[in-house]
Amino acid sequence: MAMITADPQDVPKVDSFSFTPEYMAKVNEVIANYPPGRQASAVIGVLDLAQRQQGWLPRAAMDEVARILQMAPIRVYEIATFYTMFHLKPKGRYLLQVCTTTPCWLRGSEAVMKACQEAADGTTFSVQEVECLGACVNAPVVQINDDFYEDLDAASTRRVLDAFRRGETPKPGPQVDRQTSAPEGGPTTLKGE
Amino acid sequence: MPIVKIDGKEHEVPAGITILQACEIAGVEIPRFCYHERLSIAGNCRMCLVEVKPGPPKPQASCAMPVADKQEIITNSAVVKKARNGVMEFLLINHPLDCPICDQGGECDLQDQAMAYGYDRSRYAENKRAVPDKELGPLVKTSMNRCIQCTRCVRFAAEVAGVEELGATGRGEAMEITTYVKHALTTELSGNMVDLCPVGALTSKPYAYEARPWEMRKTESVDVFDGLGSAIRVDVRGNVVMRVLPRLNDDVNEEWISDKTRHAIDGLRYQRLDRPYVRKAGKLVEATWDEAFAAIAAKLQGVDGRKIAAIVGDQCDAESMVALKDLMAALGSPNVDCRQDGSKLQSGPRGGYIFNAGIRGIDQADAILLVGSNPRLESPVLNARIRKRYLSGKCAIASIGVPVDLTYPVERLGAGAATLRDVAEGRGSFAEKWKGAKNPLVIVGPGALAREDGAAVLALARSLATVRDDWNGFAVLHTAASRVGGLDLGLVPGEGGRDVAGILAGAQRREIEAVFLLAADEIDTSSLGKAFVVYIGHHGDAGAHRADVILPGAAYTEKPGTYVNMEGRVQLGQRAAYPPGDAREDWAILRALSERLGKTLPYDTLDQVRARLIVVNRVFAALDRQSPGAWGEFGKAGTMSDEPFETPIRNFYMTDPISRASRTMAECMASRQQAAVAAE
Repeated sequence: MAMITADPQDVPKVDSFSFTPEYMAKVNEVIANYPPGRQASAVIGVLDLAQRQQGWLPRAAMDEVARILQMAPIRVYEIATFYTMFHLKPKGRYLLQVCTTTPCWLRGSEAVMKACQEAADGTTFSVQEVECLGACVNAPVVQINDDFYEDLDAASTRRVLDAFRRGETPKPGPQVDRQTSAPEGGPTTLKGE
Repeated sequence: MPIVKIDGKEHEVPAGITILQACEIAGVEIPRFCYHERLSIAGNCRMCLVEVKPGPPKPQASCAMPVADKQEIITNSAVVKKARNGVMEFLLINHPLDCPICDQGGECDLQDQAMAYGYDRSRYAENKRAVPDKELGPLVKTSMNRCIQCTRCVRFAAEVAGVEELGATGRGEAMEITTYVKHALTTELSGNMVDLCPVGALTSKPYAYEARPWEMRKTESVDVFDGLGSAIRVDVRGNVVMRVLPRLNDDVNEEWISDKTRHAIDGLRYQRLDRPYVRKAGKLVEATWDEAFAAIAAKLQGVDGRKIAAIVGDQCDAESMVALKDLMAALGSPNVDCRQDGSKLQSGPRGGYIFNAGIRGIDQADAILLVGSNPRLESPVLNARIRKRYLSGKCAIASIGVPVDLTYPVERLGAGAATLRDVAEGRGSFAEKWKGAKNPLVIVGPGALAREDGAAVLALARSLATVRDDWNGFAVLHTAASRVGGLDLGLVPGEGGRDVAGILAGAQRREIEAVFLLAADEIDTSSLGKAFVVYIGHHGDAGAHRADVILPGAAYTEKPGTYVNMEGRVQLGQRAAYPPGDAREDWAILRALSERLGKTLPYDTLDQVRARLIVVNRVFAALDRQSPGAWGEFGKAGTMSDEPFETPIRNFYMTDPISRASRTMAECMASRQQAAVAAE
């Protein structure tokens, strides 16, 4: 795990942040999940919305979250720096979280990783090595933003990434001929009535 | 009450406490880093492990586990010892072994406990982690490599000081204690974090590399920088006050002191008056005591007592005040005043000018009304106590005065006397709460009293007070350590006498010919006109600059003195060092002067002066007691202006001659100003 430095200095300066009306509506929805006066409980959800709107979490966004939830800013900083899924530095439009834990590795995640790293330019794609994503039966797997792309190899990874680059959204899930984690090429059992 | 067996012995302990507290009651010592009696329980250092039966088959953190009946607690088994050794080894993995250059050395919890639980060698061959130091302002020096992440400082900032500015960012090996955004802590209590830090991560910046704890002579004394009279310990090396630390006193300051109390002491080294001066041809020139006394005697020769006046400063001890009072009486002067700020408090019934409920009373109050008071600046430790009461959730707090940030929310009722009248006459929602409260406490601050209509405000506030046998809810918040003592001794204008404003006006009109200033520097010295001014005090401040004769006195660390705090508690301060040069204790100066003036005061020793104190007021007979004062009529109903109540303290860090001479306080002030500019 990379060391997270408190208040990184090598990030672009974002002077102000405010939620767009659409995101603000979602923020209010998250806050409404908790009893009145306990709005601070919504902090992780609201931070996530801020990150979705901005792409990453500049300090201005954390301050805005603190203001909305009536928390001390430091309490928000603590949470945002604790969770690795909050990004305190800008990242590419698509975050490639490549699983390199044993099952994926055995199934060739090294090649997938290499393909991802070749594509990573910091603006469209960023790569992050992650621990088990819990989809070992479809190894190797890469999480791209919110979706899992499974059963990858170097070629299919490039194909998926090219599609993203063209602005398309390739179909998530297995990139081989297989329905979720069912056998390749269609069912082999329980075919009849 | 549950009965628990601790190390084979049965003890009956109160229900609801933790195992660590039970062990403390039983006299069994448990090592700890993160646990602190006055902070919430964190349970993250794991040093306090004990075996508990029945319970899981592994050691438990005793600080976070409640006691239960028939529990068996084992603190001295091999399992416990091994577990604590393991914890200590982990703590030391990333701790630098820089004790020889660490200011905490000699009074470090980690150092002490490593003696009992540490291994004699390290099994850790990897690199230690390095953490950047943080900037926490001019008082707290950080060395974050040493931090063991007990989070005491984080909890102190959030809970006691009420400024949520510190936190633990990151996780695992990357965890850091930080403000995240670079800025100095905006609390008046930051020095206490240094005391709380069990290692050398937070140390005192002004005291950095100054001294080692075992080199210093420790003297227990009383603080004079505000009216609270905090219990302090003065550490002296040679004749220099190196540092001031708080002493435990649950009745007054618990274990906190303000940054001014702790760090203004470097002011004791600068701007000192170390020999008498006499003004000759417009210039102050050094003189001997004999010449100084002769100059005064010559000037006072044949002057009518009514044309002589005396003003008492805010940090004076009772001994010097009684000597001044007796001297002025002997000279036939009724013009004595101990209320430099022009407060309209009277010397009448004691209940009218003390914090009757006591500082402890705050813990019982269920409604608090602050009238013209900003306790955060006037007495930060008292403010922390009110905050503690606020956190209990059992107390409604409202304020009348200019809006200020007190570190806890208060209901703002209004700014001036009209609002106070509304509450007194039962108008408004807070008045309802006030009526329903069992122990309402009205705290009247200097912002409401040090003004023309102060007596009328006082009378109105009196009408709000609930006075029963077991509760007196009238409290005056004093900023001056000498004030209650002065009022107890009756240092107020006598029959036909003048108060401070009258003395200054009289001096300008030549109706007052001679003025004694007993360490009084907070008056407008430019309005002393052509009066002959004798300054008795310890610092070359405003009073000394205007003086015609300077008699060098002793500061609070340099004389045994009696001080009465705002709640009327008589406390003894001790001499920790000697006054510089020719300076002497103030009462002795007045005694010597009285002889030259032919009005010899009837005491030659400190004991005789203290006997005289008791003659003047019986309260001086009992030390360290607090009870509500005699109740009676005080204040004077009258018209009140619409001026908002505002605390007279503009700058917390510079309120008296010592703190004005202090470089540390100047740095604190600059740091605050910078922060204010940056915020705009």
